Amino acid sequence: MIRTVTAALLAGAVAGCGSTEDGITRINLYNAPQQNIQLIADRCNRLAAGRYRIIVNVLPRDANGQREQLVRRLAAGDPGLDVLGLDVTWTAELAEAGWIREWTGSHAERARAGTLAKPLDTAVWRGRLYAAPYNTNVQLLWYRADLVERAPVTWQGIMEAAERLAAAGKPAYGEVPGAQYEGLAVWLNSMVAAAGGSILTPDGNAVALGPPALRALGVMRAYARSKAADPSLSNTHEDEARLAVEAGRAAFEVNWPYVYASMAANRPDLLPHFRWSAYPGIDGPGRPPLGGANFAISRYSEHPREAFEAALCLRDPESQRLAAIKDGLPPTIEAVYADPELAQVYPMRQAILDALETAAPRPKTPVYQNVSTVIAAVLSPPAEIDPPVTLAALRRQISDALQSKGVLP
Amino acid sequence: MTAGRARDERRLALWLCAPATLVMIAVTGWPILYSVLLSLQRADLRFPQDQAWIGLSNYTTVLSSPHWWTAFGVTALITVVSVAIELVLGMLVALVMFRTLVGRGLVRTVVLVPYGIVTVAAAYGWKYAWTPGTGWLANLLPAGQAPLTGQWSSIAIIILAEVWKTTPFMALLLMTGLALVPEELLRAAAMDGANRRQRFTKIVLPLMKPAILVALLFRTLDAFRIFDNVYVLTDGAHDTASVSITAYHNLIGGLNLGIGSTMSVLILISVAIIAFVFIRVFGAAAPR
Repeated sequence: MIRTVTAALLAGAVAGCGSTEDGITRINLYNAPQQNIQLIADRCNRLAAGRYRIIVNVLPRDANGQREQLVRRLAAGDPGLDVLGLDVTWTAELAEAGWIREWTGSHAERARAGTLAKPLDTAVWRGRLYAAPYNTNVQLLWYRADLVERAPVTWQGIMEAAERLAAAGKPAYGEVPGAQYEGLAVWLNSMVAAAGGSILTPDGNAVALGPPALRALGVMRAYARSKAADPSLSNTHEDEARLAVEAGRAAFEVNWPYVYASMAANRPDLLPHFRWSAYPGIDGPGRPPLGGANFAISRYSEHPREAFEAALCLRDPESQRLAAIKDGLPPTIEAVYADPELAQVYPMRQAILDALETAAPRPKTPVYQNVSTVIAAVLSPPAEIDPPVTLAALRRQISDALQSKGVLP
Repeated sequence: MTAGRARDERRLALWLCAPATLVMIAVTGWPILYSVLLSLQRADLRFPQDQAWIGLSNYTTVLSSPHWWTAFGVTALITVVSVAIELVLGMLVALVMFRTLVGRGLVRTVVLVPYGIVTVAAAYGWKYAWTPGTGWLANLLPAGQAPLTGQWSSIAIIILAEVWKTTPFMALLLMTGLALVPEELLRAAAMDGANRRQRFTKIVLPLMKPAILVALLFRTLDAFRIFDNVYVLTDGAHDTASVSITAYHNLIGGLNLGIGSTMSVLILISVAIIAFVFIRVFGAAAPR
């Protein structure tokens, strides 16, 4: 307690300046709320033995609020930021704006060593490494084994199972994030990837879409109009999806692994039937959405050497192990998954590792924020998707966004 | 001698005003000019090397965007409805405040309380009040209703928050107008047989016209720039963004200085047009 208060006082006193009278360099970490991040920072501070001291600064809870605070301060050249906890989709934007430093030499080597390929790739922009992967995340298909014997492999499979369940008067919904927010863009991204395409070209400069997107939109429309669709589909975020299954209204959901711990806490009676499987696809297994967070170093940091050191410590195997066990954040270093303690928190850890092989990263572009906003706006509500018309609108609006001509609502 | 002194005094006055004028130019003139300059460029913080002069194409982009016109419509609706309600309520409150004989100070203080509360704090109050599960107002609705997730219900709540907040301001401005109406004129009219209603419409309202105009102008300009209530209550979700919110989303969220500045300039132009229309159309009795 006393330590927390002192830390808070220190944070208040030194935010913005590098070092104080005791001569220890202060490194300001700006990170999304994470309950035990202080524990991880304390360990690094002990290891640093006076070379630096990490001050934990907590960003707002929602991703937009986090990004807004970071970009506002970076645009103003604020030297009070050293290590930045970034969502995996912000790398291109901050790198292109010149606000985060490239990782080179031994720092880059240490960030790459033993790190899973897909999470590592989210920290790369135009072939250069701009961040060190901290945690990853991947969606799986969750289902009630007391309602269906085997997990469906495709969206069509969920629709058919829902049809049968509905006819039998049982909970039938398959929850997907269909509200007008980033989740809808994430869903489209996985669907287009499952159909063999992508939203943007690999260099991120142009719109790809095309026939795979047409196919994906057709499946999304069919799904939103099927028996699997919750009537509140167009208002469903990850959390409503989780709650619908916990409330016993739904038989399936696509969601991040945190739903397992939540089910264990809220509905221990349902937990024995609560199973996971690979994210659904169109013809076969799907391409699950990839999430997570990376650590980057601000261009305006006055102590880059210590900041790189601090970031590397905050994401080293022991830090990642603590984050996984205490806060449920899936590690990005493969070896950490072998830890026996992890098996308790993550009985589905092999499924996560498998899913990370096929995960579909989100489009890499500095204007990801705009691209995701217009996709959500064009696709909402999913039941009203008219594949050729929607595809044309997507193509036009994403293309505008890529040329800074996009207007955000 | 006196002419020379008057000239000296005038010169001194100009010198005394000069620092304030310079500061005003620096803090208002330069930002406005800077926004205009930015609105003529592709200025996107995410593409610093692609900054270029592109003429009026940002204006074409914004003015042909359905998002902009939705925001414009929502803003106009909020402005018209909330100012109309505030005018009627404000007039009633002003009459009460003006005519109260006992506890006048208390009445005036109580009425002004909402205006004294920080808008953002009040907006959070409204937000939680309308959130199902936690809110006392949401609990009055049939179960399963989440009024802040629908477009029309959200707009109604935004208008309610605006009206609650600024009616006292309207009332205060109108009360100064009421004080302009000479008591003897009303008594003379009463002697001539004018009833309450006639005295109000034929004497009070015409004499108050400058005050009403000022109150309406202030509130309309203010309402058109509405930001904090929308920001807290919906942040523009479900097509409830005002023009200021949209400009903010493009500037800060989108990091697109060009488009954001274009919107700011368009808001400035809209506000100028509103002021112009008020003075020209209703302004025969405008205070000069």
